[in-house]
Amino acid sequence: MANGVLVFAEQRDGAFKKATYEALSEGHRLAEKLGQPLSAVIIGSGIRHLANEAAHYGATTVYVADVAPLAKYSTDGYVKALTEAIQAAQPSVVLAAATAMGKDLAPRAAARLDIGLASDVVETHIENGALTVTRPVYAGKAFATVAFQRSPAFATLRPNVFPAASPDASRTAEVKPIGATIVDALQARVTDILAAAKGKIELTEASIIVSGGRGIKGPENYYLIQNLADALGGAAGASRAVVDAGWVDHSRQVGQTGKTVSPTLYIACGISGAIQHLAGMSSSKFIVAINKDPEAPIFKIADYGIVGDLFEVVPKLTEQVSAMRQN
Amino acid sequence: MKIAVCIKAVPETDTRIRIAADGRSIDRTDVKFIISPYDEFALEEAVRLKEAKGGQVIALSLGGDEVPNLLREALARGADEAVHIAAAGIAIDDPLCVGKTLAAALKGLTPDIVFFGKHGVGGDNQQVHAIVAEKLGWPQVTVVTKLEVGDGRLRAEREIEGGVEVVETGLPAVVGAQKGLNEPRYPKLQSIMQAKKKPLATKTFADFGLTAAEVGPEGAGLAVTALRLPPPRQAGRRIAGDPGQQAAELLSALQNEVKVI
Repeated sequence: MANGVLVFAEQRDGAFKKATYEALSEGHRLAEKLGQPLSAVIIGSGIRHLANEAAHYGATTVYVADVAPLAKYSTDGYVKALTEAIQAAQPSVVLAAATAMGKDLAPRAAARLDIGLASDVVETHIENGALTVTRPVYAGKAFATVAFQRSPAFATLRPNVFPAASPDASRTAEVKPIGATIVDALQARVTDILAAAKGKIELTEASIIVSGGRGIKGPENYYLIQNLADALGGAAGASRAVVDAGWVDHSRQVGQTGKTVSPTLYIACGISGAIQHLAGMSSSKFIVAINKDPEAPIFKIADYGIVGDLFEVVPKLTEQVSAMRQN
Repeated sequence: MKIAVCIKAVPETDTRIRIAADGRSIDRTDVKFIISPYDEFALEEAVRLKEAKGGQVIALSLGGDEVPNLLREALARGADEAVHIAAAGIAIDDPLCVGKTLAAALKGLTPDIVFFGKHGVGGDNQQVHAIVAEKLGWPQVTVVTKLEVGDGRLRAEREIEGGVEVVETGLPAVVGAQKGLNEPRYPKLQSIMQAKKKPLATKTFADFGLTAAEVGPEGAGLAVTALRLPPPRQAGRRIAGDPGQQAAELLSALQNEVKVI
């Protein structure tokens, strides 16, 4: 009989990611609603110390695959460890964060178990003891309610959506080692990780995003967007027009063919608000639009609208934010 | 090399989505279908690989009546032959059923490498290529922004949070293409004319030895029980004044109302 919620607790470089705390916290809330236990699985090498932290977020059993071949991420090595944990825990629900790793790992693990996976979930519901979820489709132009036809129910959770709970350091968990059969013969291996500029915040993880559109007029002006993002401690994004023009890298594109984001604050500078762009950011909690065209569609969805020249308003804003931060 | 590329027909990205009468799917009236944008990078990479190494490119697509035109477009963009897998009887919105069907079709083709877009725009599941790789027992590299294919091996760069992972693996393998991998070409008139003569076969799931129990609704992993539009956002307030005043008032709102600073 299936029992409990199992969370894949993603770590990189020996630390949990922000999205991991969110997944553990949501897993704990679901486990409480179901009246079932929470367990976690941690995969890597030299990561045993993280088991305590998973316990602080409510896991009562922590499966730990701490073996040298898993020091760097590999799809098949991690799938083996994750499916071993699922088979050991026999959960009714499995959760992972919809991160780069989660999106690579989860569908393959689900396929191995021949079960369905709901991607990028933004809401969970328990009805009659069963999980249903809501997930955006068409980059957020519509939302689908999804039921699971097979057990366990498996979902990846969109980062920045589910709140992280406060850890309780008095909680403890039973630690169960797994992964002993994983030997060094993995199909695909990560041979190197090329880090982006240090301190750069990933769009999908940022709670504040400042984006620039065609209104910035050229790549030489993108620093205005970056400076404001830096002053606010956020990430810098862009519209498709700016990416397609080659002004900034595609990894910064927000919209239907870029990233779908839901930060607390989204500041759109010189972005008119094409439906393609709105799809990717309209689930942001607060939206600010700065645009010189008072008729720009972006104003229809903005909580705060500034009709003005971004070349004047954005530097003023950066200056005032920086001044405030210094006090 | 034998190179396969899987493409998906999706509504044009600027489509205004309406919910169909069943409350669970989109209204397809007047919707124009295109090759899913990420699949264009997959197709272009497949054709470039063929041009560099020799061989052939086979394009596959699972779907309804909207598919043949898009497969002709893939042929015009450099694919050599195409296979339309008819949607009838397949749970085409279910990643598990779609993945199983494509895996069965690809198994018979024995390609050296299979390209997908990193995700099909619309369903936004980002799952099918990983399911196919699993069902074939092949390695996968997803969200690829740079690819080098050597003798029986590949080296790929894949996008992760705040960086790039370099992945090496043997062939055959499944690759998910991300924007930035290449710059897709526009087909020339001559290629469009030639594409009309290239082979385009139509198959059903039964041709791959699959049953309705495996890939039909009863084989599905998920069921969509409802589809709704997001609540419309209301326009908030306009902040007037000179740029300095506008910045100051916005900053005050961000501190006191949004509370993020």
